[in-house]
Amino acid sequence: MEEFEPNIIGFLCNWCSYAGADLAGTSRIQYPPNVKIIKVMCSGRINPMYVVNALQQGADGVLIGGCHPGDCHYSRGNYLARRRIAVMKRLLEYIGIEPERVRMTWVSAAEGRKFAEVVEEVTEDIKKIGPMKKIRRENVW
Amino acid sequence: MKIGVYVCECGSNIASTVDVDKIVEEAKDLPNVAVSRVYKYMCSDPGQELIKNDIDEYNLDKIVVAACSPRMHEATFRSVLEDKGLNPYVLEIVNIREHVSWVNSDKDKGTEKSMALLTGAVYRSALMKPLERKKVGVIHTALVIGGGIAGIQAALDIASMGYKTTLVEKTSSIGGKMSQLDKTFPTLDCSQCILSPKMVEVNRHPNIKLLSLSEVVAVDGYVGNFKVKIKRNPRYVIEDKCTLCGDCLPVCPVIAHDEYNQGFSPRKAIYISYPQAIPASFIIDPDDCLGINPLICTKCKEVCGPEAIDFDMQPEIIEKEFGAIVVATGYAPYPIENIGEYGYGTIHDVISGLDYERIVSASGPTEGKILRPSDGKIPETVVFIHCAGSRDPSKHLPYCSKICCMYSTKHALQYKHVVHNGTAINFYIDIRTAGKDYEEFYQRAAEEDKVIYIRGKVSEVLEDGDQILIKGVDTLSGETVELHADMVVLATGITPSEGTKEMASLMNLAVDINGFIREAHPKLKPVDTAIAGIFIAGTATGPKDIPDTVSQASGAASKACGILSQDELEIEATVAIVDDSLCLEVVACVLKRAHIALLRCK
Repeated sequence: MEEFEPNIIGFLCNWCSYAGADLAGTSRIQYPPNVKIIKVMCSGRINPMYVVNALQQGADGVLIGGCHPGDCHYSRGNYLARRRIAVMKRLLEYIGIEPERVRMTWVSAAEGRKFAEVVEEVTEDIKKIGPMKKIRRENVW
Repeated sequence: MKIGVYVCECGSNIASTVDVDKIVEEAKDLPNVAVSRVYKYMCSDPGQELIKNDIDEYNLDKIVVAACSPRMHEATFRSVLEDKGLNPYVLEIVNIREHVSWVNSDKDKGTEKSMALLTGAVYRSALMKPLERKKVGVIHTALVIGGGIAGIQAALDIASMGYKTTLVEKTSSIGGKMSQLDKTFPTLDCSQCILSPKMVEVNRHPNIKLLSLSEVVAVDGYVGNFKVKIKRNPRYVIEDKCTLCGDCLPVCPVIAHDEYNQGFSPRKAIYISYPQAIPASFIIDPDDCLGINPLICTKCKEVCGPEAIDFDMQPEIIEKEFGAIVVATGYAPYPIENIGEYGYGTIHDVISGLDYERIVSASGPTEGKILRPSDGKIPETVVFIHCAGSRDPSKHLPYCSKICCMYSTKHALQYKHVVHNGTAINFYIDIRTAGKDYEEFYQRAAEEDKVIYIRGKVSEVLEDGDQILIKGVDTLSGETVELHADMVVLATGITPSEGTKEMASLMNLAVDINGFIREAHPKLKPVDTAIAGIFIAGTATGPKDIPDTVSQASGAASKACGILSQDELEIEATVAIVDDSLCLEVVACVLKRAHIALLRCK
């Protein structure tokens, strides 16, 4: 049987984590190609529905990257994100979806190595959980 | 709608691990795509021309470029669109270099990931709407908060570039900590002699409005257009009328501690903190004075020839608009009474560095004679303890206070210059003399002036008769050290001042783990904050010596003038808007003064 290759969406904030992912690139650090990155201005911009929509429409996992606590470009967007995601993970659990499918992390613009490590971990974790099958719906644009 | 898709090979940077021809072909089948092309270097002139020609030929509405990170070339391609009359914001960049080709060597997987990202971008592109860059006017005045050497320098620089500047100082005089220092390292020139000409210049500069005894209480608005409320506390002496004649001093019956001299000398309830103070006017301390509410004593008012005293002065709120703000709110010494084992506050002859500055100063309580506080004797042995509160992550401050190696060396040197056969001993962890002529200064103290340096930390300072017993360890020899001294000077650590903390929270400025205001970038934007139009200078951002503070202040001033010199500022078009269909009108965003475009909100 072919190994399950998870499809993971990465929402990264413009100021820290996206730049961290860029640094992983400029440092040529190799990591699995499973995470597809979507840039948002701030992790605080991530509406929990983005995560739910991703999981419904083809993603097996979601990675959220923001600035380290205290470093948010907008002062406290990452704190808002942390709270929202914490609540949302409980909601996911409630409706029977593994909350481990969603992972939030802090990656600064200087942490290319950390970004690559997080992607490896997330990919491995989602591989273990297996494909997302519940609450799927058609991708309607 | 017509979308043009452009895939860059970036030489072999992308093409080696992404099958660019394949994704270009597949992109042609995506909705709305009118043209899809590959080129070796899309950012080069011919690459840009290619896009420009297609915009004309195919009448393209939107552009998707799959190339390097948007941080590299988004601006480049936006100007391509702008050149051709398209809105620059209907451009979508797909990062297939930093995020794909450089981090993955499997060509099939790389191609697949690139195609997924490109597909998303094409769909997103179809939803993009043109954005307009807003222009806002600029108010050509600056606000400088804090009247220490940083604020003084920033205000003078902005004012001499021709802009009206308001300098707000919390205390009764500008000058800050530097005004309390006797001499400055490494040149040993007198602090007042180099500072007071600048203070006088602030006072007489036609472009500077000095508000002493004032505090910023509210800041609103945005770059170029800050609305600021300043609370001006009463001085009870009319600045312009006071002639500094001093007739009020002998008649004032109240005696209080003189803060300027660190409490080592008395002052009256009506006083001037030091003779060179600016504004050059007496002040009445309302807590000490018997004339202010209730009115018991009016002796000073009776003798005041120019009728400068007004017991009925009230605080006033001044509202002003500014184009740029410089925050220079400085530091406070670490409360060394927290270090119980050093005995500050319980042993009379254990004093802080700033106390020592006043004692050694010619204008200080002892007129420059080095006398110890307890009995006024000349100390024969003085111990200087470095890092008092600094570099002690388990109990006190984790960071280096940067200046205390140098000023303790200076203190020891000054002691040796006054008490020639005295003994000066410095306990240090490391000697850090990174500054111009600093190392030479230290060498001179150790070699020519025979200041003794012991590497090691003092574990305990105890009272022993009329002497002080110091217990420590010499970490070079590994032996314990016990010695007696007549006076101990603690090189106090540096913490953010109350004003620094207040301003940071008032203006939503990010602070670091130690409470200092955080720079927009620690290396490349050292005077910017995360908020456009607000700049920082001096020890509000962390421990600094005078040269660094002054150069940072000049940097902040020139950045502020970069804003003030413009008639209009273009504001980035990618700003948040309010979705009326979702807004619950709880106005939490307004209350939090969130930096979103509330202008568009009803």
